[in-house]
Amino acid sequence: MGATIIEKIIRRNTGLPEVKAGDIVTVQVDRVMIHDIFIPFVADKFEEMGFTRLWDPDKVVLIYDHLVPASQVDDTRHFRVGNAFAEKYGMTHVHRSDGICHQLMPEAGYVKPGNVVFGTDSHTTTYGCVGAFSSGIGYTEMAGILGTGTLWIRIPPTIRVNINGTLPENVTSKDVILRLIGDLGADGATYQALEFAGDTIESMSLASRMTMANMAIEGGAKCALFTPDEKTAEFCGISLTEAETSLVGDPDAEYVRVLNYRAEDFVPVMACPSQVDNIHPVAELAGTKIDQVFIGSCTNGRLEDLMCAARILKGKKVAPFVKLIVTPASRKIYREALANGTMKTLQEAGAIITHPGCGLCCGRTGGILTDGERVVATNNRNFLGRMGTSKVEIYLASPATAAVCAIAGEIVVP
Amino acid sequence: MSEKFKARVWVLGDDIDTDIIIPTEYLALKTVEDMKPYAFSPLRPELAGQILPGDIIVAGKNFGCGSSREQAPEVIKALGIRCVVAGSFARIFFRNAINNGLLLIENADLHDAVKEGDEVEVEVGVKITAGGRDFPIPSLPDNLLEILNAGGLVKAMRRRNGLE
Amino acid sequence: MGMTIAEKIVARAAKVSETRAGEIHTVELDRLMSNDGTTHLTIDMYNKLKHPRIQDVSKLVWIVDHNIPSDSPKTAASQKKMRDFARANGITFYEGEGVCHQVMMENHVCPGELIFGADSHTCAYGALGAFGTGVGCTDYLYAMVTGTSWVMVPETLRFNLHGQLPEGVYARDLILTIIGKIGANGANYKAMEFGGEGLATLSMSDRISVCNLCVEAGAKTALMEVDETAMEFLRAHDREPKALFTADEDAEYAEVYDIDLTTVVPIVAKPHFVDNVVPATECAGTRIDEAFLGSCNNGRIEDLRVGASIIKGKKVHPLVRFLVVPASRSVMLQAMEEGLIDIFMEAGAIVMNPNCSVCWGSCQGVIGEGETLISTGTRNFKGRAGHRNSFVYLADAATVTASAIKGEITTADNL
Repeated sequence: MGATIIEKIIRRNTGLPEVKAGDIVTVQVDRVMIHDIFIPFVADKFEEMGFTRLWDPDKVVLIYDHLVPASQVDDTRHFRVGNAFAEKYGMTHVHRSDGICHQLMPEAGYVKPGNVVFGTDSHTTTYGCVGAFSSGIGYTEMAGILGTGTLWIRIPPTIRVNINGTLPENVTSKDVILRLIGDLGADGATYQALEFAGDTIESMSLASRMTMANMAIEGGAKCALFTPDEKTAEFCGISLTEAETSLVGDPDAEYVRVLNYRAEDFVPVMACPSQVDNIHPVAELAGTKIDQVFIGSCTNGRLEDLMCAARILKGKKVAPFVKLIVTPASRKIYREALANGTMKTLQEAGAIITHPGCGLCCGRTGGILTDGERVVATNNRNFLGRMGTSKVEIYLASPATAAVCAIAGEIVVP
Repeated sequence: MSEKFKARVWVLGDDIDTDIIIPTEYLALKTVEDMKPYAFSPLRPELAGQILPGDIIVAGKNFGCGSSREQAPEVIKALGIRCVVAGSFARIFFRNAINNGLLLIENADLHDAVKEGDEVEVEVGVKITAGGRDFPIPSLPDNLLEILNAGGLVKAMRRRNGLE
Repeated sequence: MGMTIAEKIVARAAKVSETRAGEIHTVELDRLMSNDGTTHLTIDMYNKLKHPRIQDVSKLVWIVDHNIPSDSPKTAASQKKMRDFARANGITFYEGEGVCHQVMMENHVCPGELIFGADSHTCAYGALGAFGTGVGCTDYLYAMVTGTSWVMVPETLRFNLHGQLPEGVYARDLILTIIGKIGANGANYKAMEFGGEGLATLSMSDRISVCNLCVEAGAKTALMEVDETAMEFLRAHDREPKALFTADEDAEYAEVYDIDLTTVVPIVAKPHFVDNVVPATECAGTRIDEAFLGSCNNGRIEDLRVGASIIKGKKVHPLVRFLVVPASRSVMLQAMEEGLIDIFMEAGAIVMNPNCSVCWGSCQGVIGEGETLISTGTRNFKGRAGHRNSFVYLADAATVTASAIKGEITTADNL
């Protein structure tokens, strides 16, 4: 009997060659990520549990992103607590203003194919883009891992998603994952793994795969997995071992569901207020007036996303009385976009470009809205009240769709 | 732990996400006590003030979807909610609730059979009785019961570290 | 008897041949600036008027700069009110284009104009020989409806500048020195007029920095003579003077100061008053949590060049948050072009969109309890940058940048 990718990762991690979906196992954790919102809580729980040292300081990464820049006077307390915790326990991997945790973890080389990684954030599923098992947990469990280096998990059954063919112009991986979440439903993959395959996936950039892995949680998934390939190796700066290239779902592996898509069938879509699975073709929504556009987040704040927007915005202007807010996902991306002229194009078009961080997506600053306002956003959630009052309408879309909407001041098809 | 109690019901819908349970705006407040008044505020701003200790929440599917914020189960527990019964729970929320000793019960049918203010009887691991009708509920796996019985993961770890 | 520049501008606006300090005149205003700090309040009052009207919409310039991008539904609601009103009434409207005074200097201010701004630092416009003064909502509303207002002609303090600032000393040190000398209320109700051969050595950016901060000495307005440097700036921005005024030889001044630019040193204004100034070296060693390079006072390309030249190839201290905030979109574009933004990003700074930022304690980089900020902003009042129990030191771009690298207050030459 073959195995799914997640089964292979867990078998290798635990040294238990027979375990399969449904089994409860204890995994050895390769890396953990804690972000600024939760570090005070993790620190408290860690000490309350009676631990006096980290199981391995080198495996712990602390990232400030939700609260950068600080918007409320108590925000900086999180930095002070984080700094003190890092110093006390000898942590050296601390990023204080370098970008969003989920961008930095793969970008800075903290995650490699086959790794088992947990983070105090639901979008930790992102690292599946390089073939790592990564999932979000709460701060109490994180405190437990910091002390023990282990966590119990139930190996998730896998939903296999095959996509083959060529995506139409102006249809991006964001449209693909939104459509998939619409088809699955917001809880359609709860407790399960999503495994992606097919030549459409193979031809996608790492950044596009990240977008999909990032949003897997919006279908309830525990993790998302992509087979490591040459692009993965290049991105991670490694050459793939045999163990890594073998992270493929076997033809005779057991899947709870197999979904097959033709790339040509995808169209630009939006997740309409206020559920991520409320998916409609952009064409159906055309003409809806908007007040703001947000391009950024760990879902779609990468260089290819900014470049896509810049191509569309070049020589054009954001519609009068409409704001376009751009928040690059990391310092590295910001600098690359500076170097290749993307930033200049966006500035000239009238974008408000903020420092890399979670920005508007986490709803603390970065363009909060009010009653009756409508925003088209490239991030991952459109929940009620996430970007302001509960009378704000959030439409999730690809960077291409977002950029054309910014110019038009209303929803239009890219 | 065969435990039986009666409770008043608050009814919520499907997909009650973590931004509804406790919006990001309030996540940097110092304590869960400080967050209590804002629980469920995007959906029902008055609800947090109406919940009384011992009440339970009955919701539809995918309760707790969204973020990994552990303040979500914590704030529900802090409001005195005895347990949440839902058609299904999002994964991270489920783990966080268990780790904080908040009882969760999966049942797909109860939601349509009760209305707000009803009194129901919960027999943990066995059934819920509402309006004279019994709704069977599953028991939890052993490893989760262990954590629940210890009073949450912190206590379990303290025990491991020889502190309790 | 001759007139000061302030007297001449008021005379022009009042359509009289001559005015004297102390007189009250009804004046025709040339321009009315308002920002998101208070415009929503003005609109509320406007909507309660029996006969609401705008005398001349072309005089109005509204700018969202204090909280952009917005940080709360409340902020968003007041900005929406402003945006909707501007849109409905055809008011010139900027959102996210930069700090209001910089946007005004780049796009609107002309020599000889009398300008009301619903912001205290409106006195910055004196750098272009315009009488700019800060007003509250009620004054603003009256001016908006009638196009006129009344002003009391201010007495003038004259500052004759001599010589040239030494290398590594900036206009900001000059104005902080002057404020220290005359005190935080030393120019209350008065105009501060700058002239002398030393003025020619100051760039436009320097002049804006000097005039902008005059309100911290209590001044009603600040004024400089319009020379070739100012004319060149105007031409570069495609504008013409309304009227060019110089102070008469026999103008009457409340006080005349001679300032020797060669003796000015890097200055720090300590918490919690702008006139609490000492040589920067006296504050050396004070640990900081945050540093801010930006604001209408010191967020121009010249300031960013100073900062970038110091930090190039170095790193921000790991425990310091170094906020770099260009004063406007055009400053940002120029800084990108010159590679300055990349230098700051490489060094680990937090580079933000043009806005007021922590200068007024808005959503961008507020400081917490017990924390210390060194800033090129305009004010160091208690609690201004965040928590009521926090500390703000004001300094020039060089000292701020050097301190960001060292993690404690230091002048650039001691780095």
